[in-house]
Amino acid sequence: MIPAQFDYVAASSIAQALELLAEHGEDAKVLAGGHSLLPMMKLRLAAPEVLVDITGVPGLRGIMQDGDEIVIGATTRHADVASSSLIRSDAPLLGHAASLVGDPQIRHRGTIGGSIAHADPAADLPMAIIALGARLELTGPDGTRMVAADDFFTGYFETALAECELLTAIRVPRRPDEPWGYQKFVRRANDWAIVGVAATGGRIALANMGPTPLRATAAEKSLAAGNDPYQAAELAAEGTSPASDIHADPDYRRHLARVLTARALTGQR
Amino acid sequence: MRVELTVNGEARSDEVEPRLLLVHYLREVCGLRAANIGCDTTSCGACTVLLDGESVKSCTVLTAQAAGSQVTTAEGLASNGDLHPVQAAFRAEHGLQCGFCTPGMVMATVSLLAENQNPTEQEVREGLEGNLCRCTGYHNIVRAVLAAAAANSEGTG
Ligand SMILES: Cc1cc2nc3c(=O)[nH]c(=O)nc-3n(C[C@H](O)[C@H](O)[C@H](O)COP(=O)(O)OP(=O)(O)OC[C@H]3O[C@@H](n4cnc5c(N)ncnc54)[C@H](O)[C@@H]3O)c2cc1C
Ligand code: FES
Ligand code: FES
Repeated sequence: MIPAQFDYVAASSIAQALELLAEHGEDAKVLAGGHSLLPMMKLRLAAPEVLVDITGVPGLRGIMQDGDEIVIGATTRHADVASSSLIRSDAPLLGHAASLVGDPQIRHRGTIGGSIAHADPAADLPMAIIALGARLELTGPDGTRMVAADDFFTGYFETALAECELLTAIRVPRRPDEPWGYQKFVRRANDWAIVGVAATGGRIALANMGPTPLRATAAEKSLAAGNDPYQAAELAAEGTSPASDIHADPDYRRHLARVLTARALTGQR
Repeated sequence: MRVELTVNGEARSDEVEPRLLLVHYLREVCGLRAANIGCDTTSCGACTVLLDGESVKSCTVLTAQAAGSQVTTAEGLASNGDLHPVQAAFRAEHGLQCGFCTPGMVMATVSLLAENQNPTEQEVREGLEGNLCRCTGYHNIVRAVLAAAAANSEGTG
């Protein structure tokens, strides 16, 4: 399968990338690892006229500590997130989630920023950053703004990113001693979650239980009120609207959400 | 557009369409046919090559994205007529049947062993989860990878 024709530009700075996005509007697409975008272009589900490759932009890739947060550049690859000792010690849930994305080849290409910007409700990292209460740094022509992970995912494959904005960094709170659990239910290797649950610090995030990754707020409230994890997990599917597909119907997904939430809340991974 | 990159140690400069996938570039422009196209959907790993030493699925990389990089295909593994230790182990352990998945398996293994010199059997199975063998010859493939790891650690002593 061969994508439709496009022009390719390797941006050398954030400013140049933003200019190209502003100039070409909806005809342009940011290219990071290409592991969501290229498959869509090969299937002609996407046919941008201009690809703006941001992986060579200096300063967009890397992991560092900044006070109580870890700052991860948008073009940092899944493999680098998974193997970072800082992330493994201070935000282990995120390192674990990155290590489960696809397979080694996909983790050598795909980036954290691309995964979050793509906003697949079944993906690992969007769920992980919601559970961790991360903040996202978005950069546009007028400068930089911060958006909470909770507010970033606005619809099915839709986000708070404006057309001419870049996701530039992900800021994750450092919580080395916080217990966590992570459950990804799959039938095949290298696949997305049929249902996923990430839990830490009283927050519970669900993957593939609706058009966006979302929080299991009823279960969180039950937990905060002092109920045990199994009682709280009974409420994990409240307010969700899971889809039906070849893997599972909505009832089965709700059942999975309850079972997996109990496991995640008891620290299983 | 013009793309400059190194393929199996040889510096190249070619005029390509931006949409040319790396696997098509390798097979059709460079004439290197080891990397196969199996699924064309990033699933099977038959097209696996090394990009700066790390395994990638070349059906999901643009040639333009490989500009400035070192690409290694199975053709580039042997040196002076001697099989690479991973190739030798696949031959010795019968790690192939029809051979279609083999170049991808071998390249994924080279990358896996560069990251983890002494993998457990479980780590080998997980490390090759991006590669499918339609002949289902996984047992011998895993044996070959473990044998290659053992041969490497003997070699480096
Ligand atoms: C076979 C297969 C299996 C997979 N399995 C999993 C899995 O188990 N779990 C999982 O979570 N994911 C999985 N993925 C998806 C993978 O994680 C992708 O790498 C990721 O979704 C996209 O990241 P990317 O860097 O490749 O982005 P790209 O494909 O380059 O871009 C994706 C989208 O985000 C936009 N974009 C990229 N970067 C930015 C930025 N910095 N600012 C603004 N917009 C941007 C692009 O314009 C595009 O719309 C799988 C993919 C494949 C092909
Ligand atoms: S052909 Fe590239 S992964 Fe199957
Ligand atoms: S040997 Fe035939 S596909 Fe693996």
